[in-house]
Amino acid sequence: MTDTISNLQSSINNRKASRRDFVKASALAGGGLLLSALFPTSRASAATGASSVFAPNFYIKIDSQGLVTLISKNPEIGQGIKTSLPMIIAEELEAPWENVTVEQAGLVLGLKGWQGAGGSGATPSHYMDFRKVGAVGRTLLEQAAAQKWNVPVEQCQADQGYVKHTASKKKLAYKDLVDIAAQLEVPDPDSVTLKDPKNFKLLGRRVTGVDNHAIVTGKPLFGIDQQHDGLLYATFVRCPVFGGKPRTANLDTIKSMSGIVDAFIVEGTDDAFGLRPGIAIVARDTWTSFKAQQSLQVLWKQEDMSEQNSLLYREKALQLAKEDGKQLRSDGDVAGVLASTDKVVEATYEYPFLSHTNLEPQNTTALYKDGLMQIWSPTQNAINGHGLVKELFQLSDDKVKIDMTRIGGGFGRRLMSDFICEAAAIAHKLEGTPVKVTWTREQDMQHDYYRAAGWHHFKGAVSDDGKIAAWSDHFVTFGLNSDEQTGRGANMSSDEFPIRFIDNAQLSQTILNTNVPMGWWRAPGSCAIAFATQGFIDELAAQAGRDPYQFRLDLLGPDREVESGNRRGPVYDSGRMKNVLTLAAQKAGWGKKLPKGSGQGIAFHFSHRGYVAVVAEVTVAPNGSLTVDKLVAGVDVGPLINLSGAENQVQGSMIDALNAAWQQEVTIEGGRVRQTNFDDNPMLRIGQSPKVEVYFDQSDNPPTGLGEPAFPPTTPAITNAIYAATGKRIRTLPLSKTNLSWT
Amino acid sequence: MSQYTLHINGTTRTVDVADDTPLLWVLRDHLGLVGTKFGCGKGLCGACTVHLNGAAMRSCQLPVGAAASGKITTIEGLAKNGKLTPVQEAWIEHDVPQCGYCQAGQIMSATALLANNRKPSDSEIDAAMSGNLCRCATYTRIREAIHTAAKS
Repeated sequence: MTDTISNLQSSINNRKASRRDFVKASALAGGGLLLSALFPTSRASAATGASSVFAPNFYIKIDSQGLVTLISKNPEIGQGIKTSLPMIIAEELEAPWENVTVEQAGLVLGLKGWQGAGGSGATPSHYMDFRKVGAVGRTLLEQAAAQKWNVPVEQCQADQGYVKHTASKKKLAYKDLVDIAAQLEVPDPDSVTLKDPKNFKLLGRRVTGVDNHAIVTGKPLFGIDQQHDGLLYATFVRCPVFGGKPRTANLDTIKSMSGIVDAFIVEGTDDAFGLRPGIAIVARDTWTSFKAQQSLQVLWKQEDMSEQNSLLYREKALQLAKEDGKQLRSDGDVAGVLASTDKVVEATYEYPFLSHTNLEPQNTTALYKDGLMQIWSPTQNAINGHGLVKELFQLSDDKVKIDMTRIGGGFGRRLMSDFICEAAAIAHKLEGTPVKVTWTREQDMQHDYYRAAGWHHFKGAVSDDGKIAAWSDHFVTFGLNSDEQTGRGANMSSDEFPIRFIDNAQLSQTILNTNVPMGWWRAPGSCAIAFATQGFIDELAAQAGRDPYQFRLDLLGPDREVESGNRRGPVYDSGRMKNVLTLAAQKAGWGKKLPKGSGQGIAFHFSHRGYVAVVAEVTVAPNGSLTVDKLVAGVDVGPLINLSGAENQVQGSMIDALNAAWQQEVTIEGGRVRQTNFDDNPMLRIGQSPKVEVYFDQSDNPPTGLGEPAFPPTTPAITNAIYAATGKRIRTLPLSKTNLSWT
Repeated sequence: MSQYTLHINGTTRTVDVADDTPLLWVLRDHLGLVGTKFGCGKGLCGACTVHLNGAAMRSCQLPVGAAASGKITTIEGLAKNGKLTPVQEAWIEHDVPQCGYCQAGQIMSATALLANNRKPSDSEIDAAMSGNLCRCATYTRIREAIHTAAKS
């Protein structure tokens, strides 16, 4: 099929662009219909200098048996995209889902739409285009039937693998129409009739993952499962202190060890997100490369990093938090209101660095042969790796090829391509031999791009009528070797709720310099900010003596769309948020009487275009041991594509939020990460996992993604519930740092 | 380096590996059985769970020599002639996986649990499955799938 794509690509290159070229039909060898969806892109045009260039994005293949193959364009990290995006095409195509096979695409340069996984963005960015592609296919099949029966096409209707003629009750299977359809002129995708969502047969249903059978039978799917003839196995050792480089190492000793094929220093670059300096150990199996690490002695070149220490960061941050920061926003008269009332609350919230801890450690397989760098990688961001590798080895666009494997957990870690660069560097040295680079868990935990730690120093006031009169947040965060620019995922929008909903509100920021590389971590920013803001809102509700749910409804105010200047979404729809807040509250039995030591907490957060509210119910024993009894979510991401996948994302996001909040923390000592594995950075286990309930409000808005938005509000729902249960306000994460005992 | 003869999924395989090689890496790098996963290398995450004489074992902690005399079953050996086991069926029915990386280990632990306890309670499930981490946190569905498999 790769050949088909490249032939097709060359046949349409350099043709003049028109909207009609969006979809191409052609005949399959041996009978059948191939529909390629083509997207013109400015990037490709610019790169080639051609007036316009098309590249097949994905295709629909209907073979002479009526079996349908759909391409999954984006990488699968557990967000369910390999199932849900093809469902959108199948719906409009009227293809019976049981006849559909899904194949994973590799990286194709010059496509419209990022072939990545991040920002919960694939659903909103592909929904309409994919519907049109499916509808073009359906229309062609209906036209083919009309031609065969010699009747008007309006009388022909596609229905689950057949086209039916209403009057005569005749029907033809797709397999008997594909050869005619392949000869027809393709209709304009913008003019084909889309199905009325009322008539959807597949979308919104509970559909199980297309790879489930392969997963439960242990088929090779993941990056780490790559197998090739003559494959060698490598690991890569970096300086434990960020920024350090190898000066010398006992490479001869390592190379003389049994089973070791090679060991060498990779000079690397100074780019924290590219090829990092380190030592490659290549062996006949992974175990031998790991074992050799124990004998590796390296003299590292590194700067004095004694200032890079979590305790010092904290000391500095707590002091700075109470001082003035750089003003990001100021509405109304915060200082005036705070000075004129005695109902002022002041509190500092803090959260730690976090590692992504994908269960599949970072790995990539590469082969450099005949001038071509072939890469097989579990990457969320193949185009980024492509660009870096091309640059590193001065290769042209077409000499770096990346296959995207299934990914054993993304969470943002694999938006970075450091591990791809390493594999390419090793393969480049071992020209002609395929090599798989696998990290140990310890390397993985110590060389991540961490969720930034942060502090929020709040001041707030409530008015006599029980509303928030003033809100001030001084946010202390980190910059990578900078006190001017925040690290990746370490920034905060000046629109962040509750700003825009309070007349007197201000946000200021101070950036601490660190050598710790930071990166996007599930629901970047939001994953931490919601804990702080929704926790402090709860404190203000308590100060006002009001019910936390009612207090939040009032804060959201009348149903309206509040304009946003930030990139997280076009507007903030207060009505949608109030609906999910009420949904969660009702389903959880908000306000019910609970025994001492048990309590409910509520919170909401808007991120990645999704509206989610969560009610948590917890029990804290007098000795302080915590049980999270139940988490209930109200969610509005518009109409659902796959009910099973959507529910799974929300269930997992909520439990993941508890996982991160409860025990997880990365601390820095002397410029390096102290934690190494699941013993000193424990992950939540099944016995700690609460009951979860998920309720959807499927509003009539465009469907949006669900990999992230349920995470942020869960943390504050839990901490607010702990307050309700014990009277102890959780302002510091992880929870395990607070003694929750009560009498 | 020594030769070891292993009894895996009803067949006999011979490998020539270093004596301290954990069974995990023999399976993955020498026998092409990559369904068993590497997660931590310290027996903390359960991704590498296999059966040795029917008991769930962490293969990253099991030197190849210690496994040589026993009967080893991996995720690839559960289904017989293409027929899935009730646990595998339940995993699909409940659409348990998200990323799916831990699920081979989860299924091996669940299978061993049900072999000894035909009708486990939630707390018995939690106890038996406590060694298996799921980063995507599909624990809700893991419990449900085990209950479903227990009924069949």
